Amino acid sequence: MESSVQTLGHGEPSRLLASGLGWRRRAVNVVMTTLIAAAFVLAMIPLFSLVFEVAKRGIPGLSLEFFTEDARGVVGGGGASHAIMGTLIITAVASVISIPIGIMAAIYLNEYGTGRLRRALTFFVDVMTGIPSIVAGLFAYALFEIFFGPGIRLGVTGSVALSLLMIPIVIRSAEEVLKIVPDHLREASYALGTPKWKTITKIVLPTAFAGLVTGVMIAIARIVGETAPLLVTTGVVDSMNTDPFDGRMQNLAVYAYNEYRSPGVMKQAAYDKAWAAALTLIAIVMILNVAARLVYRRYKTEIR
Amino acid sequence: MLGAATKKRSEPREKKGGTPLSRAVGAPSTEPAAKPAGRPAKTIETRGVDLFYGDFHAVEEVTMTIAPNKVTALIGSSGCGKTTFLRSLNRMHELTPGARVEGEVTLDGEDIYDGRVDPVAVRRLVGMVFQQPNPFPTMSIYDNVAAGLNLNAKKVSKAQKDGVVERSLRGAHLWDEVSDRLDKPGGSLSGGQQQRLCIARAIAVEPEVLLMDEPCSALDPVATLAVEDLIGELKSRYTIVIVTHNMQQAARASDVTAFFNLDETGKPGHLVEMGPTDEIFTNPTEKETEDYVSGRFG
Repeated sequence: MESSVQTLGHGEPSRLLASGLGWRRRAVNVVMTTLIAAAFVLAMIPLFSLVFEVAKRGIPGLSLEFFTEDARGVVGGGGASHAIMGTLIITAVASVISIPIGIMAAIYLNEYGTGRLRRALTFFVDVMTGIPSIVAGLFAYALFEIFFGPGIRLGVTGSVALSLLMIPIVIRSAEEVLKIVPDHLREASYALGTPKWKTITKIVLPTAFAGLVTGVMIAIARIVGETAPLLVTTGVVDSMNTDPFDGRMQNLAVYAYNEYRSPGVMKQAAYDKAWAAALTLIAIVMILNVAARLVYRRYKTEIR
Repeated sequence: MLGAATKKRSEPREKKGGTPLSRAVGAPSTEPAAKPAGRPAKTIETRGVDLFYGDFHAVEEVTMTIAPNKVTALIGSSGCGKTTFLRSLNRMHELTPGARVEGEVTLDGEDIYDGRVDPVAVRRLVGMVFQQPNPFPTMSIYDNVAAGLNLNAKKVSKAQKDGVVERSLRGAHLWDEVSDRLDKPGGSLSGGQQQRLCIARAIAVEPEVLLMDEPCSALDPVATLAVEDLIGELKSRYTIVIVTHNMQQAARASDVTAFFNLDETGKPGHLVEMGPTDEIFTNPTEKETEDYVSGRFG
């Protein structure tokens, strides 16, 4: 409060000046802004230090050989091309399984589901998002063991395990995106005499397309580095295998683990390759995230 | 009714068997180019229609005849059930979870709520334009107008589709403004243009009745006038039912007016009076009607 009453032009005590310039309020503002900025920096430190460390240790392991050769028959040398291909193939098969199931489940939940079945499904989807990845891996292994006998190791088993982790993520994000599509668009379609399923495929899904793609890419990014389920399902192998239905398939996550755990004679080279594999995984996740953003921006529909 | 059954047609109706509704039940395909240019618009009759949302009785015992090739305006204060009633005429009311219809609604004598009738078939004959213009955002102007064809009919040739799009846009008085940018997105037009686009989209499937739920309430006065003029022209080809809050609009644009009212909130809305527009506005029978149109309430 000012000690003397001030006037501002018309001779009467000014109400505008009565509360001063608000120094206290501004001081609080500065303090809070600083605290929040500091918290943000603190949160970013582990992220940047992680990326920095992995890059620092992984770059020495990168080489043309790393990307083009597999490790068959080579002691201590060789590359990780089989691991890279393995990761890509296993992830691709997992996506092929998860995307249709996930999106169709989301369509059911959002467009058709009512009452108890819907509530039960939503509950189970929530439970599935919490499945530990090793459990998913063991389940997939046990499932294939029934048909193929003990000790089975296949690329596709890993894909099944990963899809158990991926499906609930796809369902959740797809459901959110479908909910955002406004009802008045569906009504406009119904009013033209369009059956419900066609309204969904021709109006709702295209309108939600960008969001669906983003959700799927985020789900992929989530599972691309999963190690535990793949350890028990896809096995360890040194040579390139591009058939998910035939024998063991190496992948980057297990490869990194393996190189670190059993480095063999040339320890440093093995460690370098493990870090390089980790770096490649981070790069893949980053590329997926950037691609997701680009797709979203390119294809999003402004809904008035 | 004048002009009801004597609309000129370019090909005799007797070629196709049955009535439009029963044909539509089993035959989802339409060939717009083969349709006669002026198909007779149909009469809608309702008898004792009660509308519910779950247990809530929203509209009570409506019995009326909607004359073909006329504009019927439904007026009344907010919440009295006009829109609910309108949506029961093309089986959109039942899309709301828990909503239910009792009573009879017939299109040219056929009960649209008959158990054997596919609601989709009804909606192809009774089109609707909504309060907020809602062009499909993922589609161009051309595709929006053709949406009814793309979504319903079997393959239509590009030439036929072009014809339908142009005819509908001309019919909606939008052709001159957009003919050079048909591939632009539907959302790139002004509000009034978007609403006319929605009207073009509705008439592209050649319904017999056009329902309009406060089509001008989101538009500026100039656009409103344009749409009202359009309605006046469209009635020669379609039966039009329009819900409006705007009494001046009802007085300007309609031939027949139906006044709905609520006794109090919580009670169902009901039809108070219906008759030729000038009579309703200058010499109504019921006192409720007179109070409403003279602005004493609502």
